[in-house]
Amino acid sequence: MAGKTLYDKLWDAHLVTEREDGSALIYIDRQIIHEVTSPQAFEGLRLAGRQPWRTSASVATIDHNVPTTPFKSAADITDETSRIQVQTLESNTKEFGITEFGIGDVRQGIVHVMAPEQGVVVPGMTVVCGDSHTSTNGALACLAHGIGTSEVEHVLATQTLVAKKMKNMRVQVNGDLGPGVTAKDVVLHIIGIIGTAGGTGYALEFAGSAIQSLSMEGRMTICNMAIEAGARAGMVAVDQTTIDYVEGRPFAPKGADWDKAVAYWRTLVSDADAVFDQDIQIDAADIKPQVSWGTSPEMVVPVDAMLPDPQAENDEVKRSGMQRAYEYMGLKPGMPVSDIKVDRVFIGSCTNSRIEDLRAAAQVAKGRRKADSVKQVLVVPGSGLVKKQAEAEGLDKVFVDAGFEWREPGCSMCLAMNPDRLEAGEHCASTSNRNFEGRQGNGGRTHLVSPAMAAAAAVAGHFVDVRDL
Amino acid sequence: MEKFVRHEGLVAPLDRANVDTDQIIPKQFLKSIKRTGFGPNLFDEWRYMDVGQPGQDNEVRPKNPDFVLNQPRYQGASVLLTRRNFGCGSSREHAPWALMDFGFRAIIAPSYADIFYNNCFKNGLLPIVLSEDNVEALFQAASEEGFRLTIDLDAQQVITADGLALDFEIDEFRKHCLLNGLDEIGLTLNAADEIRAYEQRRQEREPWVFQDH
Repeated sequence: MAGKTLYDKLWDAHLVTEREDGSALIYIDRQIIHEVTSPQAFEGLRLAGRQPWRTSASVATIDHNVPTTPFKSAADITDETSRIQVQTLESNTKEFGITEFGIGDVRQGIVHVMAPEQGVVVPGMTVVCGDSHTSTNGALACLAHGIGTSEVEHVLATQTLVAKKMKNMRVQVNGDLGPGVTAKDVVLHIIGIIGTAGGTGYALEFAGSAIQSLSMEGRMTICNMAIEAGARAGMVAVDQTTIDYVEGRPFAPKGADWDKAVAYWRTLVSDADAVFDQDIQIDAADIKPQVSWGTSPEMVVPVDAMLPDPQAENDEVKRSGMQRAYEYMGLKPGMPVSDIKVDRVFIGSCTNSRIEDLRAAAQVAKGRRKADSVKQVLVVPGSGLVKKQAEAEGLDKVFVDAGFEWREPGCSMCLAMNPDRLEAGEHCASTSNRNFEGRQGNGGRTHLVSPAMAAAAAVAGHFVDVRDL
Repeated sequence: MEKFVRHEGLVAPLDRANVDTDQIIPKQFLKSIKRTGFGPNLFDEWRYMDVGQPGQDNEVRPKNPDFVLNQPRYQGASVLLTRRNFGCGSSREHAPWALMDFGFRAIIAPSYADIFYNNCFKNGLLPIVLSEDNVEALFQAASEEGFRLTIDLDAQQVITADGLALDFEIDEFRKHCLLNGLDEIGLTLNAADEIRAYEQRRQEREPWVFQDH
């Protein structure tokens, strides 16, 4: 019999029961809750007179709606609907006895930054959240994926999900990444190859020596964007880097539990003879710093390339999508990426707002200044603790000296639910994950890049190859 | 949940691939704490010429006459015909809520993003998968004014007015829940003893997962 993949092992370990029709109940170890996708779920519990199955399974924080300028209480949030959502989460978590890292708590931050940082998520868990970027947590060898609000309610009430087993896909990136090439470039390169629906129906394991050489922050960046390749869940196997990262975190196991946990976690790797339904090999040496040019994350090219010609695309549906994207983005086929001028820069989001990301951006910004033509450069740390760490290292000062703005933690301009947003027609170098039409503000034009590439664009006023600096 | 057994309705063709949930319902409308009222802001950025904000009177906003749902011939449409990878991006269930609230009961496309597909079933909205060729044929047919389809979930068929029937696949459990409008939480709680037994086994193996905080 063939060996098991990491996903097979996680699935088997969480199987409560299987039904005759092939559907299954899987146990959910951890649910992360935020203000936008939870109010209707709590309301559903109330209407049905149900209680949460296990309150210690859930941890909540606020991120999508919060301003990134300093505020002391919900009353300071000027947008009324945002304020109501923040207050609703506060009252719901109180009513149902769920831990929340709220306003003023140094642990508050983007759900997928906070959870690994606190050790709320540890290897071997099933993790869900009403947010598609829950795949981020798969970097800790978890089965982690986004769910809708009805499922948030289902998990609160039953601690399980009705699920069907996905297929197995592996992307192996082997060899050494070149200088200036980061985890973000790796994942954009992968999406450029397999497409935004390439992973639909699969659990996606990232493996190979280039992935193993990444820090946990880098692995989180990669798993974060598994959903942009269509895969609900991305994951990386456990190794020493994983264990070193988890050790000592506030919610992580301690004492005898720790040793027992580590022994189990070391088994969370795909067996050598495991069979994947799809297995893709990528040479790390082929990966260059990436810039997305269109309105789908698969519309991405290396920084030294020319924008692609839709006429060369044989698939009619893809071709018309490219033509529409050119129209929306105000760009022309054949133009060099370096000719794209940037109006605003956003460094942050659950993809790239961890300490390593801020260090990479600061390294480029140090001793330089943002171009006069760039209206704004926002740097938004992923959590209160990331912010504190960055300030201890003096990164905030580097950014401010370069003319960048140093903000409070939250999702910010990744999805522009708070006041941080693009004006119509503006181009933004953004370290976030989606370049959809209007994502960062109605009519805004997003270019997805790594933190170092974003900082370099801020300084130059247009895209430049960070390797040439 | 609303039952879905058989539905007959006008078809609106949305000729785009990779329609993401940010397009289906833009973020500014996610600030509601209710499940209803999203219909007027479905496809907001394509439907209106101005920038939409929650709480506006949508009746008086300038509409984009070119957008399919604004054309008089598609008024009252309840079946959305579209292209591959529909519903990609964010997990927001506000997307199926908005489609339902607008009046759609079924979607026909060659493929869907996983999370969106799943969310539809929780709300009585039926996402039907047909081959690229069949979808293309339906797009051709929908160019004719007043093109309607009947969807028979029990028979798993999409049927045209002249009797052409296209078969589709659907997961048995989901079909059962839709046909009967079942409350999934109630169903799962029937297995409460199994969940408790599982928890006990896990607690012995991985006690740290169950730690209080």
